Amino acid sequence: MNALLYEYTMPGGHHWSLRMRRGNLLRLTDVAGGANVGMLCYNPENLLERYNAPDTLKAQHTFRLGLGNCLYSDMGRSMASIIEDSHGWHDTVCGNLSKRQCREQYGHHSYQTHRNGWTLSGEESFLVELGKYGLGERDMAANVNFFSKVISDDNGKLHYDDSACQAGAQVTLRFDMDALVLLHSCPHPLNRASEYPRRRVQVQLLTGDPISDGDVCLNHRPENRRALENNRLYYQDARPSFLVDGGQHDSGK
Amino acid sequence: MIRESERTLSQARERQVVDAGDYYIGILRAGETLRITDLEGNQAADTLFYNAADPAERYSATDTICQQGNVYLGAGSVLISSRGNPMLDVVADTCGRHDTVGGACASESNTVRYDLARRCMHSCRDSWMLAIAEHEEYGLDKRDITHNINFFMNVPITADGGLQFADGISAPGKYVELTARMDVIVLMSNCPQLNNPCNGYNPTPVELAVWDH
Ligand SMILES: [Zn+2]
Repeated sequence: MNALLYEYTMPGGHHWSLRMRRGNLLRLTDVAGGANVGMLCYNPENLLERYNAPDTLKAQHTFRLGLGNCLYSDMGRSMASIIEDSHGWHDTVCGNLSKRQCREQYGHHSYQTHRNGWTLSGEESFLVELGKYGLGERDMAANVNFFSKVISDDNGKLHYDDSACQAGAQVTLRFDMDALVLLHSCPHPLNRASEYPRRRVQVQLLTGDPISDGDVCLNHRPENRRALENNRLYYQDARPSFLVDGGQHDSGK
Repeated sequence: MIRESERTLSQARERQVVDAGDYYIGILRAGETLRITDLEGNQAADTLFYNAADPAERYSATDTICQQGNVYLGAGSVLISSRGNPMLDVVADTCGRHDTVGGACASESNTVRYDLARRCMHSCRDSWMLAIAEHEEYGLDKRDITHNINFFMNVPITADGGLQFADGISAPGKYVELTARMDVIVLMSNCPQLNNPCNGYNPTPVELAVWDH
């Protein structure tokens, strides 16, 4: 039973940060289609532990994120698990729209001329939110870009598929750790639109269910089971039922 | 794309072998060229670069990937910094492809990727931790240990979004050469990974050579 704790609609081009409690859910909805949501996560008890895109991808042998994937920290733990996903392909290698690219592509914006329609780049948006926690440029890592589909051909050439994101697309994360979550709704750096795309995103916080034996992320890969066992060590939980038949077998090779 | 170098090792101002499991940290000045040679083949040189004048500016895998519109590195690639500036040019390459998506091994991620009991095995991130602890003069700490390049590593990405750690395409004597556009700190871990078929479970030395021009 997932109780709605809070709901907020982020306009396009905005930024926000919040602390997610372990076990709760974060549900993002692309309200009108074509959205991009940048996300970074940090462990609030040790800000040096953060979302790690390379570990996330290589541990799960994937270039894209979707249903069943866990988002790994650099400390071998699952920060969050994608337990629902109607979109199926989220990017985590392309990073942010930079301040420089934003100016070149979308023109010069300022508060003086645009008032509250002033929009920042993803890079600036994260710098604003990072600063609130004593973090900065050096703490910026490769982020997730929810709702953005980026395909690689055999030669590694990238293609941003702007037809992929339909109105109503939704992704739900269960947080496996307490996490400081930074979000922005700025455009993807490979979006070639000539006008700054302002796509609003609904953010919902919900209570979650305990991880069950049949959990889609737990069972997606043996690596995820071991990562969740590392979470158990971190929090020193009593041994959950899903590990009774062993979290230590299967080397994954 | 294969592009051979015209530089000769006899003219290098410095040559150094980095054994598997060791690290290298040092400065490459603007205009200087670094060659990394995979002496025995199928090795991975996990490398990070920082602006020597201000290490807050560093190699950015995401900016490099976006700017070149390609996930692989090779001859002609420009390594882009976190502030969008060119840091180094890949001027020669006899391997053909280098990875910048897969990141470095760490004892913590080894527990996840291979087995919970493998925490005790050596790893690239541990080597970097030792490097920055033993060389405080560079002013680096854990927050600077970011998304690196894996020279000589083959991590093919498929059109349907898969990612594999494939058998290496490198071979004994293959090399990659980079010319610095700014003074950079080079931080390298010559990977000690024993669990991955891409080095044949046999980590081997690499050689670094530096030319003044
Ligand atoms: Zn390694």
